[in-house]
Amino acid sequence: MWQFLCAIQFQFFINFNFLPTPIEVVKASWEFFHDDPWVHFQSSILRVLLGYAIASFLGIILGILIGAWQKVDDFLSPPLELLRPIPAVAWIPLAILMFPTAEAGMIFITFVGGFFPVLISTIKGVESTINDTVLVRVGQCLGAKSWHIFKDIVIPGALPSIASGLVIGMGNAWFCLVTAEILAGRYGVGYITWESYVTSNYPPIVMGILLIGLMGALSSWAVSRLTSALMPWRSIKKQDT
Amino acid sequence: MQEIAVESQPLTQLTYGLVEVQDLSVCFTDKSQNINTVVDKINFTVEPGSFVCLLGPSGCGKSTVLNTIAGFIKPTKGKILVDEQAVTKPGADRGFVFQQYSLLPWKTVFQNVEFGLRIKGIAKAKRQELVAEYLNRVGLYNRRDSFPHQLSGGMKQRASIVRALINSPSVLLMDEPFSALDAQTRHMMQELLMEIWQDFKTTVIFVTHDIEEAVLLGDRILVMGVNPGHIKEDIAIDLKRPRHIDDTLTPEFIQISRQVLATIREETLKSMEC
Repeated sequence: MWQFLCAIQFQFFINFNFLPTPIEVVKASWEFFHDDPWVHFQSSILRVLLGYAIASFLGIILGILIGAWQKVDDFLSPPLELLRPIPAVAWIPLAILMFPTAEAGMIFITFVGGFFPVLISTIKGVESTINDTVLVRVGQCLGAKSWHIFKDIVIPGALPSIASGLVIGMGNAWFCLVTAEILAGRYGVGYITWESYVTSNYPPIVMGILLIGLMGALSSWAVSRLTSALMPWRSIKKQDT
Repeated sequence: MQEIAVESQPLTQLTYGLVEVQDLSVCFTDKSQNINTVVDKINFTVEPGSFVCLLGPSGCGKSTVLNTIAGFIKPTKGKILVDEQAVTKPGADRGFVFQQYSLLPWKTVFQNVEFGLRIKGIAKAKRQELVAEYLNRVGLYNRRDSFPHQLSGGMKQRASIVRALINSPSVLLMDEPFSALDAQTRHMMQELLMEIWQDFKTTVIFVTHDIEEAVLLGDRILVMGVNPGHIKEDIAIDLKRPRHIDDTLTPEFIQISRQVLATIREETLKSMEC
């Protein structure tokens, strides 16, 4: 269909006449994979994973603190809410100024993508478990003090919500990769996509987009499998099962 | 049923469990600053080892009284003494069985029952021994590794009861624990509870709106009235023990139920008027 629309140079609201055809994209991919692609994958994956790891760590810790204590909430939420709507691309100039290396700047931008979903989901999850009167009372009348209530009730209760933040955060980290790799000098799947756009070489753009989508989907799937393994008590049923 | 009656030797004998409710009033202030008196000037004493039912129409504050004894709610006036100690906050000396299923979903049956012992810092070997013993007592040992969502309603409440009892509480507070169960399971649970209570001799305060349940289980029924919640009548139930579900069909049982029903109906009508 895509090939056909390109062939007839379809042009009604959506333009297909400049779009690379699937055959061109396959050709570009063929060349890409024959020319040492692993260095690109490796650098992109490393950036995303590092940014994401820091985002998850900080997002969960800060989310728990903000969700559990009003004082932390009052102190940290306003500045964080101010930063949250800022798109990744707007961070680029600052990333260049703030970080000693381009690599660190790129990790920072993928971090920005992953951090907020993890943070917000953790806050909401912790808040809702703390306000679940029955669960907290269960702990209290078994003699639990704050530490046990926290460790055995609040955290496990918030885990499903934290897990969904982690899945969304993983996707967002990949989402920000192209933006991050604008800073890259040589390697990276996002870098290839951006560089091809700058040099008006269109087929690799489509290839880059598809590769990022694929890696994002795979890693989100992996995160969701891992987090489900942490919650053996949950059995997920859908309408039709 | 047969999986329940495994062994019936007493596990522990309790010689304490005196509960005194003195001049208890609980008020809430709503959004428009109106003061709402939920229960007013409640006085009663529960003797160690006795089984007292708090019975009343919805809105009479019976759960509020129970929650105050548990320490979940602070009295506005008056005080509560358990074994002569004033209640200030929730604690393991007052076991609570909730109306809703309240097992922690992320813990197995075993871990749920073990939780109180772990908090107390009891050694692992001792914990395992105790939990196994208690689970056996209610026929749940085979289900020790199940998560709560894999259990039936009756099993969940059996686990909740032993989870509270394993801490050897002075008093077991039960807030309509069987109201969500079907009639057959409810009857089974009532008989099981009576057996366990006979073994442990723990003081039980049992909230219910079901007259038959109150008459079957209680040594004493405190009938509560509405607007605001108060104790309307204190009825001693002298039916012989052990009692069984088919005792509910005997003339004495029916006669007591009639008497209770008359008191309750008056209050229910009052509560519907406003």
